[in-house]
Amino acid sequence: MYLLNRHQRHVVNYSWMLFSLLIIAFLPFMLFGGLYFKSFLLLKTHTLKDLVFSHSWHPSRGEFGFYPFIVGSVWVTLLAIFISTPICLLTAINVTQYAKKRFLRIMHPVIDILAGIPSVVYGVWGILVIVPFISRYLGPWFGVQTMGYSILAGAFVLSIMIIPFILNIMIEIFRAIPTELKEATLSLGTTKWQMVKHVLLRKALPGIIASVGFGLARAFGETMAVLMVVGNVIKVPHSVFDPGYTLPALIANNYGEVLSIPQYDSALMFAALILLAVSLFFNLLMHFFIARYNKY
Amino acid sequence: METAIRIKDLNVFAGKTQILNDINVEIPKNEITVILGPSGCGKTTLLKCMNRLTDLYPELKVSGEILINDKNIFAPGADISKLRQSMGLLSQRPYPLPMTIYNNIAYALKLRGVRGRRKLHLLVMDYLKQANLYEEVRQRLREPASRLSIGQQQRLCLARGLAVNPDIILADEPTSALDPISSRFIDEKFQEIKPHFTIVVVTHVLRQARRIADNVIFMYMGEVVEQGPAKEFFENPREEKTKSYLEGMFN
Repeated sequence: MYLLNRHQRHVVNYSWMLFSLLIIAFLPFMLFGGLYFKSFLLLKTHTLKDLVFSHSWHPSRGEFGFYPFIVGSVWVTLLAIFISTPICLLTAINVTQYAKKRFLRIMHPVIDILAGIPSVVYGVWGILVIVPFISRYLGPWFGVQTMGYSILAGAFVLSIMIIPFILNIMIEIFRAIPTELKEATLSLGTTKWQMVKHVLLRKALPGIIASVGFGLARAFGETMAVLMVVGNVIKVPHSVFDPGYTLPALIANNYGEVLSIPQYDSALMFAALILLAVSLFFNLLMHFFIARYNKY
Repeated sequence: METAIRIKDLNVFAGKTQILNDINVEIPKNEITVILGPSGCGKTTLLKCMNRLTDLYPELKVSGEILINDKNIFAPGADISKLRQSMGLLSQRPYPLPMTIYNNIAYALKLRGVRGRRKLHLLVMDYLKQANLYEEVRQRLREPASRLSIGQQQRLCLARGLAVNPDIILADEPTSALDPISSRFIDEKFQEIKPHFTIVVVTHVLRQARRIADNVIFMYMGEVVEQGPAKEFFENPREEKTKSYLEGMFN
């Protein structure tokens, strides 16, 4: 026998489900509200424009210009996306359309392993491989004197890190295209490449955009690996060989030591708020593009 | 009577399972040949062999010969794109290309080598009219094809299939997902155009076969049981299996 009757059990279960749903739905708002509240101290004395566009970062003098961090983050993220998107797209097309099925079966665990490696390991790999490679070969090749710790190093490491995430989604997207559509296209007399270029890519476009957006959001927030190779110099970078500083690195590097200056604490909260706002912006942008291209 | 497609000793295996067993058939030119049989008897596979869509399924092993214009389509070096272009395909459910209604047909025309904006436009309109779709879509040519109803989409696919200017039309249960009016239109269209095309239709619907077939190939469990002119097949079947199928004993 049950303690409650059928209807009562329905009410209990339903309210529990509703409660869980509400928690998840309100979580972003709570985060946003919390961060806004904590950064209020900073916003009281500085205008938003000053914070976002000022170059000078001197917490002890009460100057909080986030511009170098924002620029650093955006550079690293966009470069990483530019490097990894074509690689992922070509790989996804190859393994789903051209390669033998066996190959895809091998690829899946490889991708999962790549996705599971802790980011600090990627960081160490960046320091040992990418940074020397840039300072010894790539920089001199372009005629630039560089330490190697640079925006480019951050972007390289980051691009490798986000490849498994983007690639996984892209493979699923291409696999989801019905064979019958391929048959219909080929029966018009297209070559395989024409089919890929004119039909499959078009069909997959909303999904491709979504996967890139997902990668973008991940890349923008990635902390550890980038922090280890990007140089952490508070300066607006003028080339990809310059060192830079990113928003997540700012928070991670300084959070422990700021408690003596209340405004500093508030400034780091504001950095988190920017991060959240930017990922929200990317998210909305992607939804816009998906809706735009999803009509076919 | 000329033969359009001659199939010799065709065997298809999927792993160890034999899907088609020693198929030997001849498909006459400019007539409607219906491949009839219960589900899972290999009808669709046989159809897909004819334009080598079987290539898309690496697990299928095909042996034997299919001769079209006396050329074996499985011969090494055969131009598969050209082969497929000489056959329009109409599948079970319509699969419009992810483009506008207009471009669905224009794309097929461009593949066939039609150039020039004006010429394209005239031909697109012509094929839409042939598929009895023009009146319904002329205001919305720039809309995505996926917004059409299923019946309209299938007629668009028919227009697209005709637009590549094929000699042969392969249809795989082309009306099974359609409303009665669209179905009837497709059946009637086949009758109308058959002087210019060789048409192969796969179906498991007896009524449809009776309605449209000039010739029937009856298949069961991967083998051809009986083939011949429709009149003879329906009125005077030779094989026991055919008789029981016609009487609705199995399916």
